[in-house]
Amino acid sequence: MTDETGPSLAPALEMRGITKRYPGVVANDGINLQVRPGEIHALLGENGAGKTTLMNVLYGLATPDEGEILLDGKVVTISGPADAIARGINMVHQHFMLVPVLTVAENILLGDETMANRIFLDRREARRRIIELGRRFGFEIDPDAKVGSLSVGWQQRVEILKALYRNARILVLDEPTAVLTPQETDEIFGVLRRLAGEGHSIVFISHKLYEVLEIADRITVIRRGRVVGERLPNATDEEDLATLMVGREVQLTVDRGESHPAEVVLQVTGLEVRDDRGQAAVKGVDLDVRAGEIFGIAGVAGNGQDELVEAIVGLRKSTAGRISLAGQDVTGHSPRAMNEDAVAFVPADRHRFGLILSFPLADNLVLTSYYRSPYARGIVRDPKAILRDAAVAIERYDIRTPSATVRVSTLSGGNQQKAVVAREFDRDLKLLVLDQPTRGLDVGSIEFIHRQVIAKRDAGAAVLLVSAELDEVLEMSDRIGVMYGGKIVAVLDGRTADKNEVGLLMATGGEERSAATAAVTA
Amino acid sequence: MTGRPAPSGPARARRPFLTRAWAVLAVPIVVTFLSLLLGAVIILASELIVTGRKFDPMLWFTAYSALLQGAYGGGDAIIQTLVYTTPLVLGGLAVAFGFKAGLFNIGAQGQFLVGALGAVVVGVALADAPAPLAIVAATVAGIVAGGLWGFIPGFLKAVSGAHEVVSTIMLNYVAVQLLAALVSGPLKVPKSPSPVTYDVGNAAFPIFLGDTGHIGIILAILAAVLVWWLLFRTTWGFEIRSVGANPDAARYAGMRPKLLTVATMTFSGGLAGLAGTSVLLGVSHSMTSSFGTTVGFDSIAVALLARSNPLGVLPAALLFGSMRAGAGLMQINAGIPVELVDVLQATILLFLVASPVLRRVLRLRGVQAGITESGQTTALGVKPAD
Repeated sequence: MTDETGPSLAPALEMRGITKRYPGVVANDGINLQVRPGEIHALLGENGAGKTTLMNVLYGLATPDEGEILLDGKVVTISGPADAIARGINMVHQHFMLVPVLTVAENILLGDETMANRIFLDRREARRRIIELGRRFGFEIDPDAKVGSLSVGWQQRVEILKALYRNARILVLDEPTAVLTPQETDEIFGVLRRLAGEGHSIVFISHKLYEVLEIADRITVIRRGRVVGERLPNATDEEDLATLMVGREVQLTVDRGESHPAEVVLQVTGLEVRDDRGQAAVKGVDLDVRAGEIFGIAGVAGNGQDELVEAIVGLRKSTAGRISLAGQDVTGHSPRAMNEDAVAFVPADRHRFGLILSFPLADNLVLTSYYRSPYARGIVRDPKAILRDAAVAIERYDIRTPSATVRVSTLSGGNQQKAVVAREFDRDLKLLVLDQPTRGLDVGSIEFIHRQVIAKRDAGAAVLLVSAELDEVLEMSDRIGVMYGGKIVAVLDGRTADKNEVGLLMATGGEERSAATAAVTA
Repeated sequence: MTGRPAPSGPARARRPFLTRAWAVLAVPIVVTFLSLLLGAVIILASELIVTGRKFDPMLWFTAYSALLQGAYGGGDAIIQTLVYTTPLVLGGLAVAFGFKAGLFNIGAQGQFLVGALGAVVVGVALADAPAPLAIVAATVAGIVAGGLWGFIPGFLKAVSGAHEVVSTIMLNYVAVQLLAALVSGPLKVPKSPSPVTYDVGNAAFPIFLGDTGHIGIILAILAAVLVWWLLFRTTWGFEIRSVGANPDAARYAGMRPKLLTVATMTFSGGLAGLAGTSVLLGVSHSMTSSFGTTVGFDSIAVALLARSNPLGVLPAALLFGSMRAGAGLMQINAGIPVELVDVLQATILLFLVASPVLRRVLRLRGVQAGITESGQTTALGVKPAD
């Protein structure tokens, strides 16, 4: 599969002058990209910069209007994903394409083109190859384990194995670390380095600067559909990359200043909550958040954080325990009652909870206050008042939109989230609950939202921040609670907490066993 | 990471009026035209199958002009068309209103029948009472009865999650049997050879246009405006549309989706009940066991063609009403059975379901979200492709 090709030979993959236009936008504008054999090539850019479009072109999901793709120096036309896979190009998507109830081996065989014309599967041979491939890249995997029982980090390895099983030479990873703990990220990086060492070419899509600096051999930065720079990791730094990516200088670390915690606003005692399937998700949580402080909850996604915040804001019933707000028992209060008690909530899934995508921006800005004066008199709505205040919010929160009446689905992710923030922040608050407030956003929007959160804290609101991005929790929080298995296993001081220590707590809950073994034996 | 960057907005916001109007109207107009075209082909094909008849290549033209003449040839014809249109407007509003809340009320037919039943019970009881009292009481009874028939599936959905499509279909059968049992039982005129109720007497809708134009015509137009106002100008309508577009976000926003589901189904049933009332008090004045046309089902087609817009229901209902009104003359002049109208209506529905394809052919983009928002295509299990 691999020749002794040095990095100086013909690129394994070359994309020349790729231009892709969609009505009203040029998603890719003459992009050039060269990936050499054995190279880890990072593609860095904000959301909407055109990374995904470029990779869709490579994967045959979109036809470029101009430009050509070369594999090993030869021009090719890629007609679709099956064709791309046949040519050795494989993609590991951000959202895994795995069937949880099937085993590792079954998932890997699923959709394998070489199996298409056969009736019986050669399971034994498949298992043997899977184990062998895993060993070659430094991990032991049980081909008979159900994928649903594996940790996210291991599921990702299954995705990579799937690609290798199909003899992938070029592997595209779309934001592979978004769902991983720092330890898992390190382990995946180890796997990727071995792959590169064997001559595979890797395209690593990310918007995390430090990761790109750590893993990549070369970095291509794109902005608004164009390549704005190519860098070698040892000749650049985070500030340089951020400036390239955003197009202006950005402040990467938030200056959160001193906090002045006052009285306890939110007090949760012995809270138990079930998830949608009726399983215990929150198993006895105690926490309190004071006015003027940010309490961050770190944890791998799916450890009960979503259920915890949904119970606090009234979207989910708790089965035991007590929630009190400024001394008042508010357990079981409705979302509207909480909202009227000056509690704001930025939900993790803005498309599912935070916004009605098919509605105009102005309607979304009053989604929680539409029934109150001045937006309604009795049951009659007042469009003038709604539009007037929308114009103010658009200005104040820098929502980039052609008008207040466009459907919110046409806005970028960052601007959609700014709309949620504008709606939730624009009043005096006792408690601000944020669940993944910056997930999937670009550097500029993250910076903006973080500043707004700190402003709310300084204005005396108690802030509860849940994030799967450990860096965000570390950067923003005055105190940090680590959530594992439905419990808060530790509370640390935000100024002194150590990233590795928190990462280990996230992965193990502080128990005496290593993260890797816990995942394998699951 | 989003799939692809969103199209920029300003171009869309500044499109001229005609372009926007075309974007909204193109699909209904093209769909209707295509159905008429297919109808013509069917007419010609039928000539080949039916023997003993000279082949007439222009028979489709004879048929359609008779249809048009039957619907609009003179004042009486036009009034008759309006009378046919009236229950379709009200029924179409009932279904469209449900669509806006994400509910597919197939039970308009049952609510139509039960509404008419309510109107006939009270109408007969007050047949000799002063007309204004009798009319208002019988109309309210019809609305309430239809509303009750809509409340049942709404309530079942809220408490047990029973899908309204299933429960409303079942309730349609119950309504048919209920009507038959009552009309041949307690409501039957004693000693009458056939099952028929007494006349509603003073409760009948007054005629204000020609010989048949009853005040139900005005009620239907007022209802369309009222429903539009409710949906787009009140907080209640905002809640209903929110629940229809995204129930999770509605709950997050402090609305109560279950309560709204019950309220919407009840209101929708009330509109369908008013449709039945308008036929009973405005046209038949009494009820036989065979009362009830296919108005309830035609209403679904009306709502779909109107793209769930309450004001769009008016022209959509007029189209179907015209076809019903003109069908008789078509049969007389061209020998084409009235059932052709059912065929036309069915092909309109089929073309509407395929409208994502049409949209691509017509290169229309802007109104797609409108379709999903109304829930109509999702209700039929078809999502518009983008």
